[in-house]
Amino acid sequence: MKQKRSVRYAISYVVLAVLLCALLVLNLNAGSVNLSIGQVLRILTGHSTENTAIIWEIRLPRLLAAAILGGALSVSGFLLQTFFANPIAGPFVLGISSGAKLVVALVMIFFLGRGIILGSAALILAAFVGSMISMGFILLISSRVKKMSLLVISGVMIGYICSAVTDFVVTFADDSNIINLHNWSMGSFSGMNWGNVKTMTVVVAVSLILTFLLSKPMGAYQLGEVYAQNLGVNIKLFRVELIVLSSILSACVTAFAGPISFVGIAVPHLVKSLFRTAKPIVIIPACFLGGSVFCLFCDVIARTVFAPTELSISSVTAIFGAPIVIWMMLHRNTRKG
Amino acid sequence: MKEAILHTAKLTVGYNKKALIHDIEIAVRPGQILTLIGPNGAGKSTILKSITRQLEPISGTVWIQNQSIQQIHERDFAQTVSVMMTGWTEPELMLCEEVVESGRFPYTGRLGLLSAHDHNKVKEAMELVHVTDLAGRNFNCISDGQRQRVMLARAICQEPDILVLDEPTSFLDIRHKLELLSILKELVQQKQLAVIMSLHEIDLAQKISDYVLCIKHDRIDRCGTPEEIFTADYIRQLYGVNHGSYNGFYGSLELDAPRGEPQIFVIGGSGSGIPVYRKLQRSDIPFIAGILHENDLDYPVAKALAAEVITEEAFEPIREPAIWKATEAISRCSKVICCLEHFGSGNQGNLRLLELAKQQHKHITTMVIV
Repeated sequence: MKQKRSVRYAISYVVLAVLLCALLVLNLNAGSVNLSIGQVLRILTGHSTENTAIIWEIRLPRLLAAAILGGALSVSGFLLQTFFANPIAGPFVLGISSGAKLVVALVMIFFLGRGIILGSAALILAAFVGSMISMGFILLISSRVKKMSLLVISGVMIGYICSAVTDFVVTFADDSNIINLHNWSMGSFSGMNWGNVKTMTVVVAVSLILTFLLSKPMGAYQLGEVYAQNLGVNIKLFRVELIVLSSILSACVTAFAGPISFVGIAVPHLVKSLFRTAKPIVIIPACFLGGSVFCLFCDVIARTVFAPTELSISSVTAIFGAPIVIWMMLHRNTRKG
Repeated sequence: MKEAILHTAKLTVGYNKKALIHDIEIAVRPGQILTLIGPNGAGKSTILKSITRQLEPISGTVWIQNQSIQQIHERDFAQTVSVMMTGWTEPELMLCEEVVESGRFPYTGRLGLLSAHDHNKVKEAMELVHVTDLAGRNFNCISDGQRQRVMLARAICQEPDILVLDEPTSFLDIRHKLELLSILKELVQQKQLAVIMSLHEIDLAQKISDYVLCIKHDRIDRCGTPEEIFTADYIRQLYGVNHGSYNGFYGSLELDAPRGEPQIFVIGGSGSGIPVYRKLQRSDIPFIAGILHENDLDYPVAKALAAEVITEEAFEPIREPAIWKATEAISRCSKVICCLEHFGSGNQGNLRLLELAKQQHKHITTMVIV
């Protein structure tokens, strides 16, 4: 039994790793200028050609951002699902991404209007504040209503309110700001630079390590609060840790790429189905890999299908993610019977 | 006598700062089973939650050995007390084996990885409660009774000193009820565990408990040994039983006797009468039972279900006065049912009674025909 499980985990990790490598290559090659693997290799090994800048300054930071943020988003979703014991919880449906988006938009407009351009750390902070505000509302509601479906509906409503206010302030912002803001508020991995990548790497890496260290109490928590407590988990502290980490992760994503839908639900579900377990110690790294794969896949589609017009990443993730979520809910209900 | 491993001092428990039960004084020693009984909603679970740190006590202290449970480190507490409560969440994609494995968490390191020793403990616990064949099954896709046993294995492999169980038998069939209780007895005797549990089945509580705590109307009504608690009168009073009756020796329950003038006389003895009494009760036909020795197997059931019981003292042959009384009773009935096929030397009185009934030209059968 144990061996069988381990073999399955190993195979699943290999599958994810192969997919990740393939998509990294595809992302480097594909685009308005199609490059062969040979050309890309030559550029990466230091030979300068006329396409060096495309690879080094545009595609590489962008694909790294997509991989890191996609992974962060899906881990954040997994944390929320564990917290609420609900497989359809995620930063987007619970309105947490939208809350982050709203605060980031307000902060950006305020400072841009005064000619100050904010660094990425400040944006993450703003997004974190926004996430925590939405999260506060969600927790308040969850203490009143025990039904998970109502909680998700409340989250969607909070998301709509935040999005509406964001649209409102973006509409009335200075002309010069709008184009940037508009792109960002739709969700996009475009315009990433190496500075962004460095910052997000640090934030996401630290959060991921901390999350991974929480995998033991998370495993205990999956059986319910009573048993987690009986197994020696400090429930109050654990809940705070879970909320803060998932908010930081999703805030980081929102700060750089805007709100991205469905990754937080669809990817953990696919990963759990692939591994046939929900064991945090296995699933947390797998979710990260899975999120990277999913976002790289969606981003290459966003960039190339209607090139030179670029789709918002959120539209693409919704097209692939939403059916997965629907299928998952149907599947769940039939299995129970 | 060993010292109590867990005791409470002036413990008051309740929800949301509202006191529900006052002045709870419990003590349980290693190798003892303490059972909480009482009507629904009396607060049995509230007490269990309060002594396992799931609920802050309103006032008073719960002591484990000589430490207040609020001061014990979470990990130490987890290694000392394990619980099995009613209900469970539906964990996603968790195998039964993984559920049991979670019981080893208090013994594992930062990442919760199980050692070979831990795996052995898991295996042992699963074998003990006979759930080894469920190991690879999804926890959500087994029956409630199976889940309850898996959760018990989980609690056992946590290797506690104190096991707290909230209605551990609620979903189990009779075989598994008995099995669970014998496992508990075994654990208590071999490992000197202390068990605190709540039970609905008072017949089981009577058989397994060393000590019983009765909770009624938000207070501890009485506590004592099963012999002190399980008397017919007290159990009626504790549960407010208005209909039917409770037998203190067997822990069995009987419904009310049919009302009205008795129509049938039942000659029974040594168990032969019981099915007939029950059948008449179900058909709502009042009857008279006789002649029963007061130590006869049929006697308690007849006492509960018959309109009248004609008796003879234990260890005496059936004497004339009892036979006269029975003959008079038969004359009031339209039918006689004789459940006996053989009349032993100590039971010649009933054989004579049957002859007398024949002389009265009563309709005599050997079973109930309704």
